Amino acid sequence: MIYLKLFYEFFKIGLFAVGGGMATLPFLQRLGESTGWFDQMLITDMVAISESTPGPIGINMATYVGYNVAGFWGGFAATMGEVMPCVVLVILFSKFLNKLSGNKYLDFAFYGMRPAVTGLIAAAAVSVMQVAVFNTELFKQTGVITDLADPKKIIYFVIVFWAIKKFKKHPITYIAASAVIGLIFMF
Amino acid sequence: MLPILRREIVEKEKWLSEEDVMDFYAIGQSMPGIIAVNVGGFIGYQRKKEAGAVAAALGVVSPCLIIITIIAACLSNFQDNVYVRHALSAVSVCVCALILDSIISMWKKGVKDIFGFVLFAIMLVAMTFTEISPVLLVVLSAVGGIIYKSLQGLFAKNDKEKGGKQK
Repeated sequence: MIYLKLFYEFFKIGLFAVGGGMATLPFLQRLGESTGWFDQMLITDMVAISESTPGPIGINMATYVGYNVAGFWGGFAATMGEVMPCVVLVILFSKFLNKLSGNKYLDFAFYGMRPAVTGLIAAAAVSVMQVAVFNTELFKQTGVITDLADPKKIIYFVIVFWAIKKFKKHPITYIAASAVIGLIFMF
Repeated sequence: MLPILRREIVEKEKWLSEEDVMDFYAIGQSMPGIIAVNVGGFIGYQRKKEAGAVAAALGVVSPCLIIITIIAACLSNFQDNVYVRHALSAVSVCVCALILDSIISMWKKGVKDIFGFVLFAIMLVAMTFTEISPVLLVVLSAVGGIIYKSLQGLFAKNDKEKGGKQK
């Protein structure tokens, strides 16, 4: 049953996504690949929407993916699945808080997980870029270098990245501006 | 999230002190799961035990469920519209830049030495070129961190003692 499967998959994501924000991204990308529930294009839409709306990004992404896979109840199942391990862990931690806070093995585990998760997100970013900025599929078929990338998109990528670094505004600013630019320049 | 927590929980409801909220925020960040849900859960547990934690977690996710469902429903009706596609394809370039930006800030926080760099590189390669589940990769990196740090501590402490269990 699709709802149970969604719940289970997002339960795993909630349990193993460490570091907040984009941490669920590599899991979602792999989920799309292994189940065929959604393609890479949905991932960029998902990040855009999750960044532009209030609420934790990880939860927004779960709801969005779940909705696209199986409608409202799909979104509900995915969201609940992702929240469940958080609630269980929080309750366990609260009961044993004195023993666990500042536990050195927990710190050691995070010492390994933080750079690892960064690497996983970087890998997810590479495959998202292959769809959003480059067109590696077309390039593989034709072998023509001009098919690999649309110069417009590469230039735009550099400009947006520079703007993010320079102005440090909320992501919704850049996303909204990009939508307008996409319409004007026919991306 | 912190400014809102401070205003609502500390100043308005007077449920917890500011120090408590900061502590929960710190723990919520350094455990698995969605940070905002974790922090909400801790605060809920302080008030009403298990039921409080569940209520707080549901409170955090409810707005997301409603807002995202509405947006996703609207978007799926317009997805094939040519103008929407133009807009979204520029947005997806922007999203790549945003992801890159958050990778850089995670890098600054997480990759602190050669061990971190090696783990980063291994994960990047494993995720890109193999089918290994990211769940397994995260678990392995946690175990790796524990072993590496424990060995480091062992070597620092037992410099004199020779032999012993080293690996």
